[in-house]
Amino acid sequence: MRGGVTVLPGLNAQVAAGRVTGLLGPSGSGKTTLIRSIVGVQQVAGGTVTVLGLPAGTPELRSRVAYVTQDASVYSDLTVAQNVSYFARILGAPANDVDRVIHEVGLDGREGDRVGRLSGGERSRVSLAVALLGTPEVLVLDEPTVGLDPVLRRDLWQMFGELAAKGLTLLISSHVMDEASRCDDLMLMRDGRLLAHDSVAGILAATGTDDIESAFLSLVEGKP
Amino acid sequence: MTATRTVVTARRVVQQLQHDHRTVALILVVPCVLMGLLAWMLSDADFNQYGAPLLGIFPLIVMFLTTSVATLRERESGTLERLLSMPIAKADFVLGYALAFGLLGVVQALVVSGLSVGVFGLDVAGPTWALIVVAVVDALLGTALGLFVSAFAKTEFQAVQFMPALILPQLLLCGIIVPRDELPTALRLLSNVLPMSYAVDAMTEVMTSASMSSDFWLNVGVVALFMAVGLALGAGTLRRRTD
Repeated sequence: MRGGVTVLPGLNAQVAAGRVTGLLGPSGSGKTTLIRSIVGVQQVAGGTVTVLGLPAGTPELRSRVAYVTQDASVYSDLTVAQNVSYFARILGAPANDVDRVIHEVGLDGREGDRVGRLSGGERSRVSLAVALLGTPEVLVLDEPTVGLDPVLRRDLWQMFGELAAKGLTLLISSHVMDEASRCDDLMLMRDGRLLAHDSVAGILAATGTDDIESAFLSLVEGKP
Repeated sequence: MTATRTVVTARRVVQQLQHDHRTVALILVVPCVLMGLLAWMLSDADFNQYGAPLLGIFPLIVMFLTTSVATLRERESGTLERLLSMPIAKADFVLGYALAFGLLGVVQALVVSGLSVGVFGLDVAGPTWALIVVAVVDALLGTALGLFVSAFAKTEFQAVQFMPALILPQLLLCGIIVPRDELPTALRLLSNVLPMSYAVDAMTEVMTSASMSSDFWLNVGVVALFMAVGLALGAGTLRRRTD
């Protein structure tokens, strides 16, 4: 339930560990509500959400699950370094993590800049840097690549792949269908319902299409 | 709850203020200007009578507004949601804010009382430290009330409206306009349960008597109690899971 509206009626799914799962669907399809339920900040009217074997939102999960909200949830009146250090201390991450994550999102040299003066893309990178702090086992990212330049987008997807290779579980939402090819598994959503949940190849094979956009259309229109 | 996360949060709020010179300047300068205005327009005797209680009320109002808007901004920007998905206790968040704005309240109280006594000629019978104690406790009460009401405001517009709704009635009933003994019974009883009444009583005693009686400490204690309850309710009304 979100804002008094039932958003996700009878959705049943399991996200595989150690893989990049893309959560794809148009705006308003329930991606954010699903993500909020998984990180435990959404009031759930019914059903169960289990993360790493524990009920979602359990205190123990708060340092094991990292969450990037859709808007860059960082302090615009602090510098890049001040933002990252603050969250690092809240998470109890080691001090050298601050430099590491700033480097990983390509913001070296911008540490002293006020976040409010950064561009939208740079701001979401600060937000992403915060999610990489410490040693999360699950990364949940709500539209992390919106407004980023293609080079950085490619680099980030490459990093997501590397993180998954290290054993992290990533759930990444997007409304851009061409990002689907970068994922291992896909969950296609529309109007709060899960249309398909399979590997990229599996979905293409099942729908007999060549790209995810067509696969999505064929699923929506109920064609074979 | 951990002391570290509380202190780290307080430090972060102070860092934010460091980048916002205009707000800090307004917080420090506006009460001084208002006190100067009072000193100018009132006779010496009247300035002592009205200036002293207002010395406690200005910090309360300023801190109330600052805190309620700051917390609401944190809600709207999504940083609160992010923080609450991390291992931080709700009390860490609330106390961190109280600590940071309390600190600002101390600075404000020192500046305004110093200027009022030293330059505007406010005549204090009691010790200056007592004046500062009351001003600081008032500022902290403002912070606590601000944190509490921000839970009931969905927008910054609403948050600002809580000022006339919650603070102005207290200002009318706290004894500055009509001594509380002379209020109609119902209103007097009402004023008995409003924190500002006790803040003003404490300040009045600082002005009029050389040594602080047990009543002074009782009044300060009541204000501190309201502050503690405000903070507890502020932490209690924070929700990790929202609709």
